[in-house]
Amino acid sequence: MLTMAGVNRRKFLQTTAASAAGLTLGTASFRAARAATDLTVGVIYVGARDDFGWNQAHAVAVQALKGVPGVKVVEEENVPETDAVAKTMESMINLDGAALILPTSFGYYSPFMIEEAKSHPDVQFRHAAPLWTDKDPKNAGSYFAFLDQAHYIDGVAAGAASVSGKLGFVAAKPIGIVLRNINSFLLGARTVNPKATCQVIFTGEWSLPVREAEATNALVDAGCDLITCHVDGPKVVIQTAESRGVKTCGHNASQAPLAPKGFVTGAEYKWITIYKGFAELLGKGQPLPNITFGGYDKDMVQNTPYGAGATDKARMAADAAIKDLKAGKPIWTTAVKDNKGQVVLPNAPYDNYAPDLNSMTYLIEGVIGSAS
Amino acid sequence: MSDVADPTVPLHGAALDRASAGKSPTLMRLRAASEFIVIPVLAVMAAFLLFSLFLLAIGKSPLTFLSLLWLGGFGTAFSWGNTLQRASPLILTALAVAVPAQLGLTVIGGEGALVLGGFAAAAIAVPFVGTGMPALIVMPLMIVFALAAGGLWVGLAGWLRYRRGVNETISSLLLSYIAIAIMNFFVEGPMRDLNQPMKASTLPIGTAYMVPAMPHLSVHWGFATGVVLALVLGVLMQRTTFGFAAKITGGNMRAAQAQGLPVGRLILTCALISGACAGLAGYFEVAAVQGRANASLAAGYGFTGILVSFLARHNPIAVVPVAILFGGLGAAGGIVQRRMGMPDATVLVLQGFIFVVLLASETLYGRFRIFQMGGSGGRA
Amino acid sequence: MSHDPLIIVLIAMIGGAIRVSTPFMFVALGECLTEKSGRINLGLEGTLVLGAMLAYATAYQTGSPWLGILAGGAAGVFLGSLHGYLCKLPKVNDIAVGIAMMSFGIGLAFFFGKPYIQPQAPRLPAIPLGGWTGVPQLAEALQINPLFLVGIAAAIVMAWAFANTKWGLIIRTTGDSAAAARAMGVSVDWVRYLATTIGGFLAGVGGSFLSLSYPGSWNEGLSSGQGLMAVALVIFARWSPIRCVMAALLFGAAGALGPSLQSVGITQGYYLFNAAPYILTLLILIASSGSQQAFRAAPGELSITK
Repeated sequence: MLTMAGVNRRKFLQTTAASAAGLTLGTASFRAARAATDLTVGVIYVGARDDFGWNQAHAVAVQALKGVPGVKVVEEENVPETDAVAKTMESMINLDGAALILPTSFGYYSPFMIEEAKSHPDVQFRHAAPLWTDKDPKNAGSYFAFLDQAHYIDGVAAGAASVSGKLGFVAAKPIGIVLRNINSFLLGARTVNPKATCQVIFTGEWSLPVREAEATNALVDAGCDLITCHVDGPKVVIQTAESRGVKTCGHNASQAPLAPKGFVTGAEYKWITIYKGFAELLGKGQPLPNITFGGYDKDMVQNTPYGAGATDKARMAADAAIKDLKAGKPIWTTAVKDNKGQVVLPNAPYDNYAPDLNSMTYLIEGVIGSAS
Repeated sequence: MSDVADPTVPLHGAALDRASAGKSPTLMRLRAASEFIVIPVLAVMAAFLLFSLFLLAIGKSPLTFLSLLWLGGFGTAFSWGNTLQRASPLILTALAVAVPAQLGLTVIGGEGALVLGGFAAAAIAVPFVGTGMPALIVMPLMIVFALAAGGLWVGLAGWLRYRRGVNETISSLLLSYIAIAIMNFFVEGPMRDLNQPMKASTLPIGTAYMVPAMPHLSVHWGFATGVVLALVLGVLMQRTTFGFAAKITGGNMRAAQAQGLPVGRLILTCALISGACAGLAGYFEVAAVQGRANASLAAGYGFTGILVSFLARHNPIAVVPVAILFGGLGAAGGIVQRRMGMPDATVLVLQGFIFVVLLASETLYGRFRIFQMGGSGGRA
Repeated sequence: MSHDPLIIVLIAMIGGAIRVSTPFMFVALGECLTEKSGRINLGLEGTLVLGAMLAYATAYQTGSPWLGILAGGAAGVFLGSLHGYLCKLPKVNDIAVGIAMMSFGIGLAFFFGKPYIQPQAPRLPAIPLGGWTGVPQLAEALQINPLFLVGIAAAIVMAWAFANTKWGLIIRTTGDSAAAARAMGVSVDWVRYLATTIGGFLAGVGGSFLSLSYPGSWNEGLSSGQGLMAVALVIFARWSPIRCVMAALLFGAAGALGPSLQSVGITQGYYLFNAAPYILTLLILIASSGSQQAFRAAPGELSITK
């Protein structure tokens, strides 16, 4: 039953050794070495692969890797962020002979993936969150699509499409990425309507449909006329908001069909861009970079085509903002205050990929909610 | 239930001696004991057979499945490590159910005690990080805090049961949800490590205070601890006055009270032991696995422990092999997903088959003469 | 529109009670029936989840949410009768079988439910009973699902039947003393088998509410332990169908507290507010305990209360 794991891995090691130089890409081609053997890639998901949310977005795009000749993809779903993921990685390495591991949940990174990367220097690890720094093992790395850019566009459209200027946001947990999406959403809205506010309700869990529906109802009852969210599966939020007759912006993937009347636009990952890029490099036998990330400028995020809830003004404003983002224009142009009155991001303007933006622990002025 | 013999009480001395008069006692004992091995093994095999039919019905190969199950759970040294590591928390959380079950109490709040135990261990260790305080002091302190936090939590359910007649099943479940909320509140609020932006966690406890893996094994010390504790509790429950008193109380609490047994103390003690076991599982999750406290402490070990304990018929020693079986299924579930492209729920379905058949098989005890003391060996 | 925070929270709690309580109500009523007969089925969480999945799948395939409800109930009959049958075998422990059914039901639901996470099934229509109020929030809160009313009606019928009918007497006697029931010429096993099967049916219908009405979607996180909690609520409700309904309403209302407090700007400590239903239930449980009432209400044959 055991595969020729050891042999394959060592071959892959030879080929990737050249890449172990931090951010700079090794360019040496070693097609000869690659052609002789196969590469097994292990992909790990924290939830069900067909969750119509975060995991599905990855699982659909990972298909791109399967098309590469000689590349075999093995996938495991519902792996919790405990030693179970460490054992899953080891199992993929030991039993499947995986030489590249792609763990796709934030909590896999530390300590689990870092430890595995240290104890398996001949295996490559790439993790889906902007967490890798050059202090981490060189055979590890990060890839991420900065969805806050698409949430910013959502905000621009929402600011124009909302009549009351009161926006609602159903969020899972107050972690950096979520806070950044909320802040970007309001920042976008305020470019159109400077008086816009954003009310946040944290559910406390990545997937808790009943509370997500309750949160949506509570936001509508509090006067919000446009709702968006950052939870694993946005279906319930969008559906509930639509049935309450308010407008919606989506998250993760297209939810347009769920809200034929009120859908404005939505923030969508385009993981396919990243996985296709990986597939190309693997196909050429080239190593993967330690860091792969981008947003609108690199076609890694997009917005769902406008729905019936998007007014003409919203469409025009959002289109213009998308153009700016594609050109690499920064979102965070001036210093802002958080909603407790402290000045944050004092060194504005920031590049859209500035590390400071990754570690947001606050909600900006105009967001009603608490980050802790 | 009352008209049914308690299946958790094994055959005991007197009956045994009477029945085996004139035969070699050791042989008789072995024959009687073998019933408790043969029936479960046959039941598990029957469950696999049923599950194979299920696989055939959905067009998958049972042979591939079984060979992968073997490979992933038990087939290699690595697989054994994987299996035992997954079994470690389950042994402890199952003991948390098994001990009060001796008294007839159904405690299903081990999850909360685990979470609080782990959180308490992290909370006490974090201030010492970087102070140079030796691990010989901090590590025992962490263990004490974990035991105390878990023990007090289930102890509270025990106290409420004895003092106020509050049903322990519902109170321990409620307390469990409350414990998780408390942990989340602190971990995402006052005690959050802001340098860990992608997952709300406490500050790390640091490598100095971490529990290493057992030598030559990729399994942490939680496993050995669980096995030892299971043996100790098994002896306590089956060979001591305390255990005997607990059994009597479990048989009929009011009668035990009338006989002057310290029912209140028994309930409290068993609840404290239960919570301490779960708290210890939490300690190992923090000190051997996560290195900090966070929401991943509530990974469902407490709830799986309930299943393990029931399948082990609340016998502390039997908890160990059942937990290993569960660990093995978990370990093998991954490779089944990866090689056969089947969803994660496959193992859940298999577990369901195993439970149902194993529990149904309990009706078979005492029905086969081959296991009987008299040794009439199959003759009707 | 009213924007007084207190009123918003109160309205949200009324709405929450109506929206969220129905599955708790059905599961608790089903369990109440089962426990009244002297048997406990801890596995209704599995029934709830399988019922939700099968109801959603059926509604999606046939286009009829009403058929979906039936399918949810059928899932409950399947698991309930299996539980009832296994427990008829001598020496088989009902609590253990319940836990086995929980994992079996969840396993089947997750295994076969994958293709139904994404599609949209037709939802149960709601009856707008709040149009007269003129307050949009209140009008929304009073959008009442027919199943909610069915649940309340079932509770009233059940309470009446326990007290006033021959069947009610048979079930209560079976639950209080198997020997007495046998003396009446009643087949104890058969009564318990039926009570568990019908209890399963009710829990399965409760599951269909989750997937077809509120939140009205199928995914693996849908129940998050509601079935287990509802079983516990029966003890809280001291085996009275009417009190089961009240417990479910209270639990739903308390569950609305967390999100609605955040919506009016009370944003700190939402984990603790979200735990309000559990804290409240525990406090009431402690306050109402100590009396002998709780013991008197418990069916004498129930293994969990001995």
